[in-house]
Amino acid sequence: MTAVLQRPAPPAVPATRSPARSIARRTHPLWFLIPAFVLLGVFFLLPTLFNFIYAFTDWSSFKAAINPVGFDNFSDLALLSAVRITLVYAALVAIFQNVFGFGLAVLLERDTTVNRILRVAFLIPVLMSALAVGYVFQALFKPGAGLGFEHAWLGDTTWTIVVVALIHAWKWMGLSMLIYLAGLKTIPAEVIEAAHIDGASRWRSFWSVRFPLLAPAVTFNVATALLGSMNGFDIVQATTGGGPARTTEILNIFIYRTFGQGLFAQATAMSLVLFLLVALLAFPVITLLRRREEVL
Amino acid sequence: MTRLQPWFAVLLAAAVLGFPLWLVVATAGKSQSEALTPDLSPPSDWRLVENLGQVWTQGRVPAAFLGSLLIVVPTVLVALVVGSMAAWILARRSSLLIAGCYAFAISGIVLPPAVVTVVLLLRHLGLAGTAVGMIGVYLGIYLSTVIFFVTGFVRTVPTSIEEAALIDGAGPMLVFRRVVLPMLRPVLATVTVLVCLYVWNDVFYAFFVVGGRMDTLPLNLFEVASAGLYLNNWHLIFAYVILMSLPPLAVLAVAQRQLISGITSGAVK
Repeated sequence: MTAVLQRPAPPAVPATRSPARSIARRTHPLWFLIPAFVLLGVFFLLPTLFNFIYAFTDWSSFKAAINPVGFDNFSDLALLSAVRITLVYAALVAIFQNVFGFGLAVLLERDTTVNRILRVAFLIPVLMSALAVGYVFQALFKPGAGLGFEHAWLGDTTWTIVVVALIHAWKWMGLSMLIYLAGLKTIPAEVIEAAHIDGASRWRSFWSVRFPLLAPAVTFNVATALLGSMNGFDIVQATTGGGPARTTEILNIFIYRTFGQGLFAQATAMSLVLFLLVALLAFPVITLLRRREEVL
Repeated sequence: MTRLQPWFAVLLAAAVLGFPLWLVVATAGKSQSEALTPDLSPPSDWRLVENLGQVWTQGRVPAAFLGSLLIVVPTVLVALVVGSMAAWILARRSSLLIAGCYAFAISGIVLPPAVVTVVLLLRHLGLAGTAVGMIGVYLGIYLSTVIFFVTGFVRTVPTSIEEAALIDGAGPMLVFRRVVLPMLRPVLATVTVLVCLYVWNDVFYAFFVVGGRMDTLPLNLFEVASAGLYLNNWHLIFAYVILMSLPPLAVLAVAQRQLISGITSGAVK
């Protein structure tokens, strides 16, 4: 993208206009891009740019004037802890969701009637509202109710983050399962046959031959699970609201709460932190996973 | 092992899915006193219809349903038309400018939207708290997904049909409407499902943009639940969950094949 920015304007029309390009200008005119890019510019780019400005001000609901304050909004220690909790949450969700999704895909791989029905059943949580899923599990984990646990699993300052990540993974495991199933289907039967002829056991041919060929599915699933959980809100809000003692307060919960208090600039600062966190993390993760694909 | 697989799979699904879903139905069928501590016991006397009726008025379901529709339908329509227009050009032309535009257009799949400052922007535009503002925000978030899927699809379609229409003298608008859009039907079905699912269930962005100003199904669920948790009205919370989940479940029942192929098509090449 930087290459584009460094090019002298206008880059679309080079000095020597090739006939193919001038035909393209008539048959596939650039103005078709305008509506989409106006919408993206106004509702995506502009607020993002605002993030970089208002995060350094004292914008709030308490006064009319907005003044620059430097890095004051970033000095809150709670922000650091929210970043840490968000990263832990994202990592846990990525692990659980992929383990569950992969397990289900392997279990339901054969195209039998029972398996077909169960695959659809595991999509029900995916389609349900995440808020609703949160309330269901709040009831299930209520001490003395639901599943009849004695321990308050959603009121434990150590384990609640893990439990909430498990709930998040429960909601989305059907999606990961579908992606892994699609990945397993793309592996040609000859490859597995060849492994058998070479004397590989079922176990060996699965882990040494088929599993590595699932790399694209792993890339997609890990990336979407990480992004989905870093942008998470509903499940945490509906199960714990960020508690107990703010041990499950991921960034979006923090943003929502701070915004509700009228501290708009602080909320913007957190929003900017989330943006940078995702940008810094997502791109290396995706590149890393893609490189693994290429090696194979 | 092969003989045991169906039994194991069914038992696992019953445990993992059955308990939570049964809890919803059983609790939604109970009276208030019976639902005070929500558990897996069946209701002594099924009151599901009464509870659905009560939550229908208390949760303003008709208004919320209309509000959700009023936001979902225009978002999907505009995203499909505008997104496919852009995707067609992004897929068919090639230059550094186009590559840059494409990278920008799909970056929203990864990058989180600036949810606080977008409220400020909407205030400046006079759209704060309105359905139009909410639609704009969703378009800003999900156009990236539409453009990503549709561009990928267009690249797999040979240009010969378009060229035939062009030779017949049709302009780009006509070619797009009559030739390109109909070809995109499978991928548009995919994107419709995805965008509907996201927007229908979204509560986070709705809180910021239209919270307290409009009724949508998730916003009202939150309201019912916040009041309900306080009073331990679990029967009403889960009655609302049932009402809200019916439309997506109906789609799953009717169009599971399209849904599954749609969800997986973009992921594994």
